Amino acid sequence: MNVQIEIQLIAIVVALACSTLGVFLILRKMAMMADAIGHTILFGIVVAFFITHDLNSPLLIIGAALTGTLTVFLVESINKTKLVSEDSSIGLIFPLLFSIGVILISLYAGDVHLDTDAVLLGEIAFAPFNRFVVNGVDIGPSSLYIMGAILIMNIVYVSVFYKELKISTFDPNLAMALGISPGIMHYSLMTLVSLTAVGAFDAVGAILVVAFMVGPPTAAYLLTDDLKDMIFLSGIIGTISVVLGYWTARIFDVAIAGMMAVMVGAIFLLIFLFAPDRGLLSIMRRKKRQKYDFAQISFLMHVINHEGAKDEREELGINTIHEHLGWNKEFVKDIFNNLYKSNLVYIEDDIIRITDKGRDLAISNAEEIVNGI
Amino acid sequence: MSLINIFSDYTLRTVALGSALLGAISGVIGTYTVLRKQSLVGDAVSHAALPGIGIAFLLTGSKNIEWLLLGAFISGWLSLYIVNSIIKNSKVKYDSALGMILSVFFGLGLVILTYIQKIPDSNQAGLEGFLFGQASTLLKRDVIVMSIVGGAIIIIIALLWKEFKLLSFDPEFCQVSGFPKEKLDLILTTLIVIAIVTGLQTVGVVLMSDMIIAPAVSARQWTDKLSVMVILSSIFGGLSGVIGTIISSSTRNLPTGPVIVVIISAISIISLFIAPGRGIIWRRMRDKKNKKRLNRNIILNSIYNLNIEGNRIQGYSLEDLSISKGDFNFPINTIEKELEKLETLDLVKGKDEKWYITEKGINEIEDFRGRLEE
Repeated sequence: MNVQIEIQLIAIVVALACSTLGVFLILRKMAMMADAIGHTILFGIVVAFFITHDLNSPLLIIGAALTGTLTVFLVESINKTKLVSEDSSIGLIFPLLFSIGVILISLYAGDVHLDTDAVLLGEIAFAPFNRFVVNGVDIGPSSLYIMGAILIMNIVYVSVFYKELKISTFDPNLAMALGISPGIMHYSLMTLVSLTAVGAFDAVGAILVVAFMVGPPTAAYLLTDDLKDMIFLSGIIGTISVVLGYWTARIFDVAIAGMMAVMVGAIFLLIFLFAPDRGLLSIMRRKKRQKYDFAQISFLMHVINHEGAKDEREELGINTIHEHLGWNKEFVKDIFNNLYKSNLVYIEDDIIRITDKGRDLAISNAEEIVNGI
Repeated sequence: MSLINIFSDYTLRTVALGSALLGAISGVIGTYTVLRKQSLVGDAVSHAALPGIGIAFLLTGSKNIEWLLLGAFISGWLSLYIVNSIIKNSKVKYDSALGMILSVFFGLGLVILTYIQKIPDSNQAGLEGFLFGQASTLLKRDVIVMSIVGGAIIIIIALLWKEFKLLSFDPEFCQVSGFPKEKLDLILTTLIVIAIVTGLQTVGVVLMSDMIIAPAVSARQWTDKLSVMVILSSIFGGLSGVIGTIISSSTRNLPTGPVIVVIISAISIISLFIAPGRGIIWRRMRDKKNKKRLNRNIILNSIYNLNIEGNRIQGYSLEDLSISKGDFNFPINTIEKELEKLETLDLVKGKDEKWYITEKGINEIEDFRGRLEE
């Protein structure tokens, strides 16, 4: 296999493994816990490395993954004392474990082949160098197999416990009533999250794992309300970011994993701005239209309120009405023209009059607004 | 190396002063982020500052701290602005937006740093130091910049003391009482970003978030007063800066930033346990004491009840008390132990295996019941 394809393949597997779990993380408002785990596995990796002396040993991966679970446990223990708010508990625990990890690496830097940058930033370009050899036959990069196994584990976990995850995510009380322990779901999910982070660290680095866990699901969240669609969409978004990021990084000769994270951000930004219905632009357009519709109804109500009154020549006069509505003259003209075209108002003797059709529309709309309130 | 070195060794003195300043500034500012439950803002801003540092270097070609900090400030601030726009204009939750933006900005920072490394003769060495901090490279110049920034922050906080207090404790009231809440919010956020950015050089983008949280969380345990909390927090921050610097300078290969973080974390953990009134140990002790007093009062109460129902001069045996009606049943030896304690307090009197309630005991229990009814 070509090295370029291998790198992309590894990154795609990482992205898929991350986004499968990431969907549940963001729905459970645990995104920052993923960030914390991304940092604390450094501590786990260092300690496990001192024991195993092999970065690819499964023991190291499992040992380091337990640090993630430990992080969750510590954060929750501090949280339970009610002395510290939840975000502060996260912010207290992960820098401490991370710092101990960095200190250990620095102190024994001479003895071990492990440096902080590698763990924190990763270097996916080196990932294919480590080959998986069976009976003397090279069957591909070992990180592809490690991440592939983790991806399969994540997919199996999510499909087997789909219902449990869904219920405990959206309605923990219902979950409890149905006999699903939210605690077990929480810890099993978080253990897999840290396992995935550990498996991915030497490919993309501990911090960018967070970009893959949180970014694609957040973007998918803007596109759909369906949980299954969200999982698939975030997988697709992750894959696109990987491929785009890889080639852009190659062109400019810069950090590959960093560029992939930038692409995750760029895709999110595009969706955030242009998504149908929920994008910023369509929200703004809708707001503008609502404002305009509301102005039309207000205009009609103003006419209804003042017609036949003593001061109707003043209140409804074509040259004075804008003062009484308190609007810009151009805007009033625009509104009037629109209403006139729809045959809702007309002018008689320089006074604005309302048609029966306009009256019906205004009153039914006004009732709707009042009832709505 | 020892404490004396700090006064004689010029470099060490500069570094220690810089770390102390950093700790004090972030301690003061952290008080507000922790009280406003925005602790993780520090995490986001510090990671997001990385691309700004890179871009500032690319544009100016200099490693002068002012330019790098300006770049860091702009990108840190921008990241918060983007997070706020995302949560305001979509259904995305705060933590998702924060996590995504911090990692994406950090990724961009790495991209820019690798790009800078490829430029020949760019003299970029040292920029990576911003990842974990490089306190040992602090110059007198840097310390002067830090003191000016820190002084400015403290003056602004002193001037807007009342406003920030209101904003932190009761933002709704702040708004309805006519303070420009949005503007105050903006000023405070800007100060937070500035404080974080100034600390980056010492502890690095990854660990700076802790300097915002830990001193303030520690200080919070010791006091309920904002002014005391601000002062304590800056003392804790400054102290851990100095201690961390001394320890890391005493051993080869010991990075300053992580050591400072370990020190301030230790202070937090100790505070969580032993702070009077609030701390975990104090609470345990109080719970135990309350439970003891409750047991005693329950037993005194059952003698009192029997006394009212029955014959006043008659004493009660342990068996009588153990079957006396009530919501609580104690084993006989607990009752005996409690009765002995009550006797030392002159609340009951034991005679011939029978127990009598004293006048003082009657007063005590009536008093207690009266208080319960209130």
